Amino acid sequence: MKKSKLLMIVGPLLMLGLFVFPLWNITLEAPQYPTPLGMNMHINKFSDVHEFDIKNINLMNHYVGMKYIPETIPEFTIFPIVIGVMVVLGVLIGFFANYKWYLAWFVLMFLLGAAGIYDFYLWEYDYGHNLDPKAIMSFKNPDGSPMGFQPPLLGTKNILNFVAHSYPRGGAYMMFTGMFMTLGAFFIGKKEAGENN
Amino acid sequence: MKTIFKYFITFTVVSSWLVSCGDVNSGKSSSQGALSTNAAEKVYVAPGEHDDYYAFISGGFSGQLAVYGLPSGRLFKVIPVFSVDAEKAWGFNEETKPMLNTSHGFIPWDDSHHPDISQTAGELDGRWVFINGNNTPRIAKIDLTTFETTEIIEVPNSAGNHSSSFVTENTEYVVAGTRFSVPFPQRDMPISEYKGNFKGALSFISVDPEDGRMDIKFQIMMPGFDYDLSHPGRGASHGWFFFSTYNTEEANSLLEVNASQNDKDFIAAINWKKIEEYVNNGGGKKVPANYAHNVYDEKTHTATSTMKKEVLVVDPTEVPGAVYFMPTPKSPHGCDVDPSGEYIVGSGKLAAELTVHSFSKMIKAIENEDFDGDAYGIPILSYESTLAGAVKNPGLGPLHTEFDGKGNAYTTFFISSEVVKWKLGTWEVLDRKKTFYSVGHLMIPGGNSRKPFGDYVVAMNKITKDRYLPTGPEVTQSAQLYDISGEKMELLLDFPTVGEPHYAAGIAADIVAKKSKKFFRLEENEHKHAVKSEAESKVVRNGNEVHIYMTMIRSHFAPDNIEGIQVGDKVYFHVTNLEQDYDVPHGISMIGANTSELLIMPGQTESFVWEAKQEGVWPFYCTDFCSALHQEMQGYIRVSPKGSNVPISFTLDGDPVDIE
Ligand SMILES: [Cu+2]
Repeated sequence: MKKSKLLMIVGPLLMLGLFVFPLWNITLEAPQYPTPLGMNMHINKFSDVHEFDIKNINLMNHYVGMKYIPETIPEFTIFPIVIGVMVVLGVLIGFFANYKWYLAWFVLMFLLGAAGIYDFYLWEYDYGHNLDPKAIMSFKNPDGSPMGFQPPLLGTKNILNFVAHSYPRGGAYMMFTGMFMTLGAFFIGKKEAGENN
Repeated sequence: MKTIFKYFITFTVVSSWLVSCGDVNSGKSSSQGALSTNAAEKVYVAPGEHDDYYAFISGGFSGQLAVYGLPSGRLFKVIPVFSVDAEKAWGFNEETKPMLNTSHGFIPWDDSHHPDISQTAGELDGRWVFINGNNTPRIAKIDLTTFETTEIIEVPNSAGNHSSSFVTENTEYVVAGTRFSVPFPQRDMPISEYKGNFKGALSFISVDPEDGRMDIKFQIMMPGFDYDLSHPGRGASHGWFFFSTYNTEEANSLLEVNASQNDKDFIAAINWKKIEEYVNNGGGKKVPANYAHNVYDEKTHTATSTMKKEVLVVDPTEVPGAVYFMPTPKSPHGCDVDPSGEYIVGSGKLAAELTVHSFSKMIKAIENEDFDGDAYGIPILSYESTLAGAVKNPGLGPLHTEFDGKGNAYTTFFISSEVVKWKLGTWEVLDRKKTFYSVGHLMIPGGNSRKPFGDYVVAMNKITKDRYLPTGPEVTQSAQLYDISGEKMELLLDFPTVGEPHYAAGIAADIVAKKSKKFFRLEENEHKHAVKSEAESKVVRNGNEVHIYMTMIRSHFAPDNIEGIQVGDKVYFHVTNLEQDYDVPHGISMIGANTSELLIMPGQTESFVWEAKQEGVWPFYCTDFCSALHQEMQGYIRVSPKGSNVPISFTLDGDPVDIE
């Protein structure tokens, strides 16, 4: 089998890792939490890093009026379908389609990924800004506007007494690897096509 | 009188001998020595770092068990055992009241003496600590996942439960030997007829290897001596237990004179395996008894007390070959077996030398029937036949010996206030260090096992006088830590202790720490009055009893305002802590409550009773600083006159979101 074909088949299959490993993780550190509180985001659920972490994040966050992290969100139904379809599509393209389709698949996946990240940002923004007006404690920014508690999209940020870390996890790394393999498959496929001519 | 005078002279003479040859270790030079060395560095545990050992030091007359770290000497916890404890509501809340039940009723105090840690194959396994209640004979078991007392068994036919609570190599048994012999069965009789009529019960309490459940398997009814301390055999001597005795004279008044007449008392050697076999084959006699067995269940967070009605008693003369007496000079106290199990050190409190028996010689003497008569039908082995050796001129008033696992023994001397290091086998004194002052017992972590951790020895002193800032006539009790890793001992640290630091057991921290529980799982809470969410909380009237089913979470109670209580009502607070996070207990107390606050761990339920005596509106609040809004964690109870028509009602205020 051609190298490009192989990459185009294996790449999308790697994304199946998203059904096993978390996509993203937010960790909250504070002096009184020597074992930090952590929440994993999967494509179909939230999970505790240590048992009851989400319950305890909720307990902490209610002081500033943040909402409780919901049991489930609509994305948890949509994401698995999208990923499932993209994997199947990718494998089919790998087997049966021309290398140009490889790029098409990559671009589509890239756009879907970007949409996912934007959705995550919106959710975080709402979670960090849409605070209970009866909140126990309210903090203002130096300019007088109400302080938000949005965790960073990617990276590390101080939020009051917490240091919040937001980074991809195993599932995301497998997805990125898979996507770059399909991109590679396109370039290698292109080269292979050139040699054959 | 003459005898006392004679001892006085002896003590003075030997003391002056000690002073003349032991001056190198006088108090001043020793404490300056510590300053001039790196003693401070050796006990310094930097902020955020952990100690290497747990030390469980008994609280003596406080009735509790305190947990310290070594080498820092920092106090971590006082575990309530035999005495009520307001801080933890031990003996105050409805859940733990049954733990202090006895055949004499609810006993809110005892004298806790000798903790010992459970073992597997002769090594400490860190599952449980056992400790004896001396006054109203009891043995308690503390679970080292929660550091809470989970079982207390009363010991019938006993008094002054002192030669306790030491465990066998695989924690098959924990023993409870009586210090005071008493009439058996108890009855009204002239005390002057003590001799021959009083009996000393040595109780073998089996420990279930799975759940640790205790049960008195048998009691050996020994002659009416005083049974002082005991230690299990190990290695080759596993299967035997040794008990020191005094007052083999069976005197019953002015014992300091009358019980010091015999030149030698005994160490009783008990082949418990033989007696176990006898009992398993139907031996022994079930006799009526009445004793409490109290068990705390971690799932229901509640103790139950059951009265047991009989106990199996064994007459030692009916099991030939199971019990022998080894003569040991002058009222031995400690009765300590070395890690190999070969040497049994008898510390004659009034003897000029330290007697060491040999287990293998004892077995040979038994085979050869090397007897010097008998006591009440129990063979007395000849003194020379079991003697391994003696430490000459060791000090004054030997009490207790522990071992470092490197062939050395360390003995405390009460009268001469010192710890003396000597060598097993050659019996030569290697080193001696002063203690401040009047040392009782000492402890090397793992000392009562095959594998001592020979880094440190802790001396537990009876008197401190000028060692600390004065606090009136009562000054702190104290322990002292010595480094024993080198050839010479080095005093590193003084640290104050709770109550009388009577005896101790120590264990490497990593064996215990990793198993420590962080919280109780709410879903496993089977307390009969638990409510597991705010929505389930309620107030129920039942005649003149009102039951409040309450929850607590940072930073509110649910419900928080309760009306419809009437004067004369008995109000039960059943309170569940909904937290599921490490180190987040909440407390609750009610004005005028004739009890203590409750300190409730995450996932736990506790209850207390409050009697409504006066009309009014009365507050309750959280007693443990739990969060930024701890001060806001409060509520009220409205008390109306008896017969009032104010209905039972309450508010489920606070947080509108159910986080469950
Ligand atoms: Cu509180």
